This record gives sequence, C-alpha cells and structure tokens, in this order.
Amino acid sequence: MPLPPGGLLQLTPEGLYCPAAQAWIDPWRPVPRALITHGHADHARPGCGTYWAVGQAEGILRQRLGEGIDLIPVEYGERHRIGGARVSFHSAGHVLGSAQIRLEAGGERWLVSGDYKRCPDPSCTPFEPVAADVLITEATFGLPIYRWRSGAAVAQEIVDWWRGATDRPSLLLCYAFGKAQRVLAELHRLGIRDEVLLHGSVQQLMEPYREAQVAMPPTRPLAELPRGAPLEGRLVIAPPGALRGRGLSRLKTPQTAFVSGWMAVRGARRRRGTGHGFVLSDHADWPGLLRSVRESGAQQVYVTHGQSNVLARYLREVEGIAAEPLEGAFEAERFEGDTPEAAAP
Amino acid sequence: MRAFSTLFQELDGTTRTGAKLTALERYFRSAPAEDAAWALALLLGKRRRRLITGRRLREICLEGSPLPEWLFEACHSQVGDSAETVALLWAQRDQSTVDAAALPEAPLHHWMEQRLPQLAALQGAEQAEAVRGCWASCPPEQLLLVNKLLSGGFRVGVSTGLVTRGLARSAGLEEAVLAHRLMGGFEPSAAALEQLLAPGQQEEVLAARPYPFFLASPLDPAVLQQGDPGQWQLEWKWDGIRGQLIHRRAGCSLWSRGEELINDAFPELIALAASLPEGTVLDGEVIVWQPQAEAPEPFASLQRRLGRKAPSTTLQRQCPACFIAYDLLEHGGVDLRPQPLEERRRRLEQLRAQWLSEAPEALVPRWRLPQPEPLSHWDQLEPLRQGARERRAEGLMLKRRDSPYLVGRKRGHWWKHKLEPLRLDAVLLYAQAGSGRRANLYTDYSFGLWDNSGTLVTFAKAYSGLDDGEIRELDRWIRAHTTERFGPVRAVEPLQVFELAFEGLQRSNRHKCGIAVRFPRISRWRQDKPAAEADSLATALALLEGSP
Ligand SMILES: [Zn+2]
Ligand SMILES: [Zn+2]
Repeated sequence: MPLPPGGLLQLTPEGLYCPAAQAWIDPWRPVPRALITHGHADHARPGCGTYWAVGQAEGILRQRLGEGIDLIPVEYGERHRIGGARVSFHSAGHVLGSAQIRLEAGGERWLVSGDYKRCPDPSCTPFEPVAADVLITEATFGLPIYRWRSGAAVAQEIVDWWRGATDRPSLLLCYAFGKAQRVLAELHRLGIRDEVLLHGSVQQLMEPYREAQVAMPPTRPLAELPRGAPLEGRLVIAPPGALRGRGLSRLKTPQTAFVSGWMAVRGARRRRGTGHGFVLSDHADWPGLLRSVRESGAQQVYVTHGQSNVLARYLREVEGIAAEPLEGAFEAERFEGDTPEAAAP
Repeated sequence: MRAFSTLFQELDGTTRTGAKLTALERYFRSAPAEDAAWALALLLGKRRRRLITGRRLREICLEGSPLPEWLFEACHSQVGDSAETVALLWAQRDQSTVDAAALPEAPLHHWMEQRLPQLAALQGAEQAEAVRGCWASCPPEQLLLVNKLLSGGFRVGVSTGLVTRGLARSAGLEEAVLAHRLMGGFEPSAAALEQLLAPGQQEEVLAARPYPFFLASPLDPAVLQQGDPGQWQLEWKWDGIRGQLIHRRAGCSLWSRGEELINDAFPELIALAASLPEGTVLDGEVIVWQPQAEAPEPFASLQRRLGRKAPSTTLQRQCPACFIAYDLLEHGGVDLRPQPLEERRRRLEQLRAQWLSEAPEALVPRWRLPQPEPLSHWDQLEPLRQGARERRAEGLMLKRRDSPYLVGRKRGHWWKHKLEPLRLDAVLLYAQAGSGRRANLYTDYSFGLWDNSGTLVTFAKAYSGLDDGEIRELDRWIRAHTTERFGPVRAVEPLQVFELAFEGLQRSNRHKCGIAVRFPRISRWRQDKPAAEADSLATALALLEGSP
C-alpha cells in the first residue's frame, strides 16, 4: 500500500521523501539531501549530496561511503530546521549512532523508526520512546515466535560454549558491524579480558566503537597473529561471508556457531549448517515492536520489512490501530545485517 | 528427562561427528538403564509413535492463548513444523518464566511409559487442560522435545552407526557385536538393555565383524607407465556405495564402508548373502541396477534406498539393489586376504559358477561379477577411461594382480582413476511451476553461483533429479520462503544448496554468467551445506579450462 497523497512523507522511486524538508530518509538511490538512520548498507548508500546523521555514526559512514562525503553531524534530541520542517534524531538502540528520525510540519509529527531494538545493549545508546502521529516501523521479526532473552544471558551461553572447547578454536559468525561489537561489549561485561581474534572486516569497524569508548576485551586481527601461534581455545569473530574466503583457513577444525535472531527457529539453524546457533538480534522482537508502537501514541502506522503484513494486521485487528504494510524496496534488509545470509560488507 | 533433553540439544547443536559421539558416550555412561534404554530406542528411530497429532497440539495451544488463528498460521509457515511452532509460542508467554531447576524432575522412562501415554489417553477439554499443565511445568528448552515425543516426530541428526558406536564405547563392547545384536530389534527396557550390553563371547565378536576395507589412492599415471601393463587388473569404478556382504554361522550381514550395518535397507541383498555358502565374505559395491539394463541407475536411485528401513516391495521393484563383487575376502571360513588378488579372483569366479548352478532365478540379477577389462598397452587406458561416463561408472580401478588385501589406504597396490567430475554446488534462486502432473508444484529451478563480490549470479536451470518426496518438500519450502514474485516465477531466499551434475561447460556471451551448461541436472540436495559454502563462478571457470 502506498502512502496517502498530501502527507508529510511520500514514497518516491528514491525512497521515503519529505517534501517540506526536501529530504529523503535512507534513500535507495543518490539524492541531493539524505537523512540517514544508521550505517548498515541497506540504509546508507553512496552518492548523495548532503548527509545528515548522528555524530556517533560519522566515522562509520565516512568509512563506508567515502571520507569526502558532505556530512552534517547532529546530536540525539536536537531539533533542526530543514526547509519547512523540523527534524530530530532519536536513539534507536540498534547499533552505534543509530537513530529514529522525527519530522514535524503543518502540525503533524511523523516518526521513521529505522532499525531498532528494545533490549539493553552495552555497545550503543538505548532506544528512546518518541511521540508521533504517524509511525513508520520496521517488522523484521514481526512474529510472536520471536522474543529475545537478554544479551547478557546469551553472552553467558557463548562463554560456556567457547570455554567448553579447549582443544580447538571457537569461530563465532556475526555481522561485522553492530553484532560483533555488541557481543564483545557483552563479553566484557561478564568480565572477559582474554584477547579475541577478529576477521579483517570486523576489525575495520572496531575503531569507531573504541573511539566511542565502548568497553570491549582486547582484540587483534587474526591475520596479525604470528604464524604457528596456537589457536586452541581461542575465540575468533568473523562475518558469515568469511566462510567463503581464505582468511579463516588457518583455523583448521574450529567449532562454529552463528549469532542471529533467525537462530530461534530450528529449521533456520539446520539450513545454516554451521552447528550451534545463538539467538541474539539487533532488531526488535514481537513484544518490542508492539510496545514501541503503543509508546509512540501513533494513530496511523505503516509497516516495512519482513513481516509487514502480519504486524499491520495484528495492529489493526487486535490493537485497534490503523495500520498498513508499506511496499517499497525495503526488502533489501533481508540480505543485510541481521539475516542468515548476511555477507561481509 | 533433563539429561536426555541436554543430549538432544547437544546433538542438534553441532555438525561435528566427534562432538556428537562424545555427547552420546557421556549420556550412556551416566544414564540409568531404564532411561538409557528409552534414549536408545528413540535415537534409533524405533519408537516413533504418534500419541497426539500436531493439529491437536496446535488446537490445545490456541485455546490457551490470546493469539488469533491466522497469526498461528503465519508463525507456522515461518517455522515449518507444528510441534516447534507450539513450543516457541508457548515459551513466549509471560507466565512461562518457570524456574527450571526448582521443578520436580521426572526421568525419561517415566515420561515415556506414563506421563505421555496418560496425556494421549485423555480426551477433549480434560486432555487440553492436562497438556497445557504439562507445558507449564516444563522448562522452555524442553518444550520442543516434549512436543516432538508427543507427536511422534522426534528426529535428530545421528545415524544408527553413530548411536551404536557411542553406546558400544560407553559399555566397552565391540561395536560390530552390538550392531549385530541390535539387528534383532530392541524393546526399551532395562532388561533388554542389559542383555544387549552383556560381555561378548570371542566367537561372537569374530563372527560379527567385517574386515577393514582396503582403499585405493588416486592414480599417479607417471609412476605406473614405466611398468608392464599386464601386472594390472582393470575394473570399472561404480558410483554406488562400497560394502561387504557376509554369510557366517552367526548370520548374514551387509556392511557399508562407513561400518554401518545396512541389512534393513537391502533385504534382497541379505537374501543373496543367505544363498552363499557359510563362511563367505564378498567385497563390492551396492548399486541400483535394473535386471535387463546395460548400465546402473544414477546415484539418486540408490539414495532412495539408503537409510530407508524396511523398503516397500514397490520401492524394491522400482529401485532394485544389486551387489557388484570386487573381491573374495573369506571363503569356507578362511581369511583369503594375504593371498594375491589373482588367486582371490580365481576363487571368486569359481564360487560364482558354483552359485549360478544352484541359485534361485530371482537372485541371479542381484549379484553381478563384471569381467576385468583387458589392458595390453598403456595407450588403451585413456580411451577406456573416457568410456566410463557412458557406462555410468565413475572411472577405472587398477589393482596389481599380486596385491594382498590390506587395511586402509596403502599406496602402490590399488589405484583409482576417476573421470573428472563435472559437478558444482549451486544455490537455488528462482522456481517456477511445472506442467502436466506437476502443474501445482514448483519443479523448474534456477541456480546461482557466487561471483567475486559475494553476489549470486544465475548459472543454470534444472528440471530433474529430485524424487517426489523431495519435490514436495522443496515445493513447501519455496512457498514459505518466497521473497518476490514475477508472474509464475518466485524468487526465494538464497539458502538451499544443490549439487548439479552436467556433461560439459562452454563459454557463452548469451548467458549473464558467461558460461553455458550442457545437460544440467540435480544430483543431490545438499541439505548439509550452507549457501555460503556453495561454489563460485571462479570454480566453474576452472572446470571449464579443464573440460574437453
Ligand atoms: Zn540495520
Ligand atoms: Zn536495516
């Protein structure tokens, strides 16, 4: 279903567009002015004129989109005037520097959630509930079978799994940006101070997180470990796509596990074929989605990503909130970030 | 129950055989006999009774939950299994935050003999109440197991051989003896387990055991061609599974190279073994071969028979198993392995002639003994090898006429000289409905390979190679994992890997990937392989360089 004409936001071939601000939110194609919720590849694309994003995301965005991009860094909660609209960025709790974006004009407030989660995550600022009249929310995990346990509990499982194998390396597959650092920060909280080895594409993302003073155990690129150094009992973090490359060949016979919200379902774990699955997601679970919709106070909700039909129908029929799925190129999300087939960026 | 639930999770949570074996051994060492007996029966798939249907479980779950039915359906299509959907949904309820450690723990045999059958015996509202009570008393991680046991769908990725090995190790018993004893069936009771694990008599041990297989190494033609070709016996290398067919006083058995006893899957070959004189051990290949056909069936036909306990007569007729004898290891109870191959071959042919004069007609096509190919000059080797594809053979075997039958892989005596396999593992990208009988099923598939940038590029289409069961399973999966629709074509999540076999590759500008494929077909569904490990275009290009 498309957005109704005359609203604060419109859906154009480039993506969500706010005519009052003459700005697109997470555009799919190059546009003059882009408001970026966060640095994942399906939200931040190269080639735009001016980028607006939270200051904490700047390092990551420059790394991914080019050092020379024209970027205006903002703080969470600041209200900016762009054209005829007021724009503010609010913490989404998804990854470092992730934001929900609120636009206000003509007495209406629209909120674009971007990707978000409600579980505490020591590697980024927690989600902030924001009031709006119209909400555009994601629904990647919009089914009641998805309800997350705390990151600390999952991290403890990871530690037990890792400590249980002293005779071989433990290879933990997680998305390089966000998930890997969250796991590291959770491990640090559990008192882990062992050096953790990283695949090159995870290593790249460490600097912005260290700069933001996220407490994590010491890390070292796997490639910098001297030849012949023993790997038994070591923890290695790599993106799932790295299984295809040569970078991990020195691990010989590691025990392997995949970290993702999709691992909640046995069939998904088995298709993955990597052995163990840890259920940890940077997206909102079912209760998190419902709670966020309620807390926004929105009377009209549009749903993108994954289970958009299911969540919209539930909101309509059970919660009595006007809600529709929003069709567009949002499905790109399936192949990024928190998905079973996430490739290295 | 907690210990068995842990074992289930351990087995389910690893793909490593070693880790599974350790878990099995640990469980059997510590479990009380009456529980271990049940665990064994369950792991061997000998106790798969449906006590309550998946549909009924779902009904019971919905009654006790505020969720609308359509939402349950949406979850089910994501999960693909009623018992698991119910388990996941029930575990999500706020009330279900039970303290697992504080719950009274009932042992596995109590669940299997009393708790679950009692639930099944109830009816209507009383049953629903009791089942929900049972769920409420379960720690969340046990819900899936309980529902699987109730619905008769308990399955976990361990082979009979591995379970046997784990149990044998825990009891300090010879694996072959245990495998043999298990052939007679098993009732889950402490007494039956005790009998099963009684110390072995020396004679029983020897009578049960297959000989360790002697394996060939890949041929190094340079080494060979200096010598006299007349020293070598040349055979076809068939694409089945290697096996040993045994008839001894203790009974008949068929062992696979993985040292699994596969009597159940091939009753016709056990009948063949029984027709051989006592004290006979044949080494050879198990394959599907129609009685009048020139060439055997492709491996996919054999796959339909493997792991299928008690195959139906229809299946036995459609995919008749045949034993191609390579070698005679024991004759008249005498171990012939130290004898030269020439001598073993002579006796094998003698045995065959004798057998043919007495064997019942129906058994004759079950045993093939192809003549070795003549080789008088090394120049004949390559043309001969090229003929393998036509015969549906994998290539040639070269065995020294004076070679003893050794153990494992010892270089120098036996060589295998395979045709370069043209096979690639590709990822399913698109599916389209078939026509005619299969008009309602997605049977036409497009597959992709990885390019350098980590994108999947369409590479080949294939229509055949799966059996009906697999087609239906894949059809269901396709419907539940569609990402986009273009008219009759569905794009699916790039998760399923298939091994494609084909006759040749050619460069092509008409194809997006730059390669045209000749006669592609699915040779197997690699459910064991994640999409990330499928082959790349670079691998295909390397095959192209090497193909004629
Ligand atoms: Zn994201
Ligand atoms: Zn996203």
